[in-house]
Amino acid sequence: MVDASEYNKKCDCDWCPGCGNFSVMVALKNSLARLGIKPHESVLVSGIGCSSKTPHWMNMYGFHGIHGRALPIATGVKLANSELTVVAAGGDGDGYGIGLNHFMQSCKRNINLTYIVHNNRIYGLTTGQASPTTNKGTITRSTPFGNPEEPINPLLIAISSGATFVARGFSGNLAQLQELVKEAIAHKGFAFIDVLMPCVTFNRMNSIEWYRERVSPINSDHDFSDKEKALSLALKWNGEDGEIPTGIFYKIDNPTYSDGLPQLSSGALVKKKLDADVSDVLKEFM
Amino acid sequence: MTNLNWLIGGPAGAGIKVTGLILSKTFSRLGLNVFGYTEYPSLARGGHNNFNVHVSKNKKSIAKKLDVLIALDKNTIELHKDKMSSSGIIIYDPAKIENIEFPNIQTLPLPLKEVATECGSALAQNTVALGATMALIGIELDTLNSVIENVFSKKAKIVDVNISAAKKGYELVKEKNISLNCLTDELKEKIEPKLLISGNEAISLGAIQAGCKFYAAYPMTPASSILHFMAGKAREFDFIVKQTEDEIAAINATIGASYAGVRAMTATSGGGFCLMTEGLGLAAESETPIVIVNAMRPGPSTGMPTWTDQSDLRFVSHASQGEFLSVVIAPCDMKDCFYETMNAFNIAENYQIPVIVLTDKLLSESYGTVDELDVNRIGIDRGVIESTTSSYGGKRYLFTDTGVSPRIIPGAVDGIHVATGNEHDEYGEIDASSENRVKMQDKRYRKLESLQKIIPLPKVYGSESGEVGIICWGSTKLSALDAQEKLEKLGYNVGVVCFKYILPFPDSEDVRKILKRFNKLIMVEANYTGQFLGMFRENLLIDVDDKLLKYDGRPIYPEEIVEKVKSVLSGGENNG
Ligand SMILES: Cc1ncc(C[n+]2csc(CCOP(=O)(O)OP(=O)(O)O)c2C)c(N)n1
Ligand code: SF4
Ligand SMILES: [Mg+2]
Repeated sequence: MVDASEYNKKCDCDWCPGCGNFSVMVALKNSLARLGIKPHESVLVSGIGCSSKTPHWMNMYGFHGIHGRALPIATGVKLANSELTVVAAGGDGDGYGIGLNHFMQSCKRNINLTYIVHNNRIYGLTTGQASPTTNKGTITRSTPFGNPEEPINPLLIAISSGATFVARGFSGNLAQLQELVKEAIAHKGFAFIDVLMPCVTFNRMNSIEWYRERVSPINSDHDFSDKEKALSLALKWNGEDGEIPTGIFYKIDNPTYSDGLPQLSSGALVKKKLDADVSDVLKEFM
Repeated sequence: MTNLNWLIGGPAGAGIKVTGLILSKTFSRLGLNVFGYTEYPSLARGGHNNFNVHVSKNKKSIAKKLDVLIALDKNTIELHKDKMSSSGIIIYDPAKIENIEFPNIQTLPLPLKEVATECGSALAQNTVALGATMALIGIELDTLNSVIENVFSKKAKIVDVNISAAKKGYELVKEKNISLNCLTDELKEKIEPKLLISGNEAISLGAIQAGCKFYAAYPMTPASSILHFMAGKAREFDFIVKQTEDEIAAINATIGASYAGVRAMTATSGGGFCLMTEGLGLAAESETPIVIVNAMRPGPSTGMPTWTDQSDLRFVSHASQGEFLSVVIAPCDMKDCFYETMNAFNIAENYQIPVIVLTDKLLSESYGTVDELDVNRIGIDRGVIESTTSSYGGKRYLFTDTGVSPRIIPGAVDGIHVATGNEHDEYGEIDASSENRVKMQDKRYRKLESLQKIIPLPKVYGSESGEVGIICWGSTKLSALDAQEKLEKLGYNVGVVCFKYILPFPDSEDVRKILKRFNKLIMVEANYTGQFLGMFRENLLIDVDDKLLKYDGRPIYPEEIVEKVKSVLSGGENNG
């Protein structure tokens, strides 16, 4: 048994009161604990942004990396030590902007990681510029005449790129979010959760109330192994007004990246002895 | 003649490299020194490709004058005929190239394709030329045949075809009674076979021997063959090779793997290194040991992808924002590629810093001979990795006298910490206070004190003192040594001062002592601005008397260095 409080850290968290990041952190702590994972057996890797500071506020191994690169770092960690539970987290700018290619490639690779995007649809840490999920027309500090671009649809990207677990959560529904994070971590393969959340300071438009009026859990009869259904569900909401489905969109069991590596059948890389001897190979050069 | 300088040229896809390699290996098995240098344009088919094999008893590098030119097309003759030595011979197939004659060059038309077809496959035409080469020098075919057997070992029929093609080529030349008077004495002695290896192969083997368990890279010439070699050996030696989506992912995955406790490496060329620069700083700030190989080619931008130079030295030395310690090692030959890659891992882990192995196309993709590579010479030293932090309470970035904090690997029960690219306190928590910043930066730079002590001084070859000190770094050593030998024979008293460890710069007082023994100093490097010369002046506060800078993408030839030294000593034009 692991108590969620083991993941607490004495620290001065600097998030604004009411920030959506708090809920994700609580959900993460509870999910890891419920799965019986000990803090020292887990690593949280993040990029740069308000959300990416999460490793500093939690008691678990952390790598607070550089903007957009949480997934490649997490991939290295996981491949080096497949016994660790590795979670990558970061903002919408981090994951869908500067790091988008890593996101798509990680989906296709089906590496056994959990990836949580704290999607506040704004650049929080840099004080309020438009992000890839900011609605068209939205006024931000970098788009004073309204954002000229359409937002991207991260769920659509994840499903079509080959992720084997795709979900949307909402920071205002902690019970559901916890469940999603727990399922994602337990999932074997690349598990992705887009978490809608307010940035109380810089995104005045998509407040917690705004979401509350629109979110609606996916019907329990949804067949999440059906890719077409998952795609049409993902198409249902484009970021504007309208019903926002939340829950698991897609989930299938596919071999993970590591399953294809016989190198890992005898244990994690980090546990291997460094006793390579290339003498025989050198003979080939004679 | 004491050496053979042989070149085969033709369009891409004509089997030029494999033919050059077979000849190279034949001579390395005969115990001679071989330097196999290849030129090819950045395209998959067509263009002009060539493979140059320089064979001798003790030369290290390439040479200008050609003794044998195998021309598979007319273009090859046009491009290389001016380099023929007075006794040189051009072999060509009159069925492909109309009969040619030059007043001062011997030509040897041979029906390469026809003979090869008779032997079973037109594809074996290059092997006919190899047999002919053996006959010209007067070497029995058994060594060549043994190499052919190894190279085509998977297909018995192809072995047979090539062995009979070689025999035919040999007989054709014998019938004509033509011979090339070279390597006669050299081949008389029975010498131990040597290893023939490329720089990239030696780097890869060094990494594997050093216990590298994770290699991530994105393809880029001239580093790609490390990826290919590593990928081929990953299962046998139980490590992971990941071709990532770009170089940004490659370096960050390397950092992640190292943070998780394994020895990790990535390799690229300048353009990829550009993308890696932010990760380089992350490795430094988070004190995560990594090894990065950068194989240089001429830039800027895409530049000349398949050519060589030494113009990334300043870039890799200063890359990424801020200030931090890193090590730049420029291997000077194939042996160095092996041993220095092993050293790179030890230094990276002992000092928890990024170490850059700086090579170039010339070294990475050329083949050279070495007597042996000793797998036991450099042991594995991982520095301080602790399984418990009980005595210092989980402080990953503990302030220590040496500046090196004990490393703790995720999974350790009491080692929980955050590694980060943000400035941080001893626990890894973000701390931008003035006091902490100064203490942390001081801590990281404190490593320099002991690091400086392990940075070897430049090595001197030839005369320890004398008229001229030729100063070079990295792969330029190869040509410099051959130049030194030539100059010595001509009666000049010269030495070569070769720098391999460049950053941190070797102890300046000791280096000046070495340099003082020479009357004149000449810097030789392959770039436009004299990048190492700048670092040399900055660190040593002295200047050179002249310099030879080459930046046309071609290697510096020993002959060019010889000319330079002669002109400096004769008080010639000083363009320094
Ligand atoms: C290479 C690079 N470019 C820009 C920045 C500046 N920067 C820091 S965080 C950030 C965006 C943060 O937005 P998001 O990822 O959505 O995270 P949030 O703060 O909203 O949680 C930017 C642009 C950076 N740190 N690195
Ligand atoms: S700026 Fe926005 S995202 Fe950042 S801590 Fe405040 S509320 Fe949260
Ligand atoms: Mg954001």
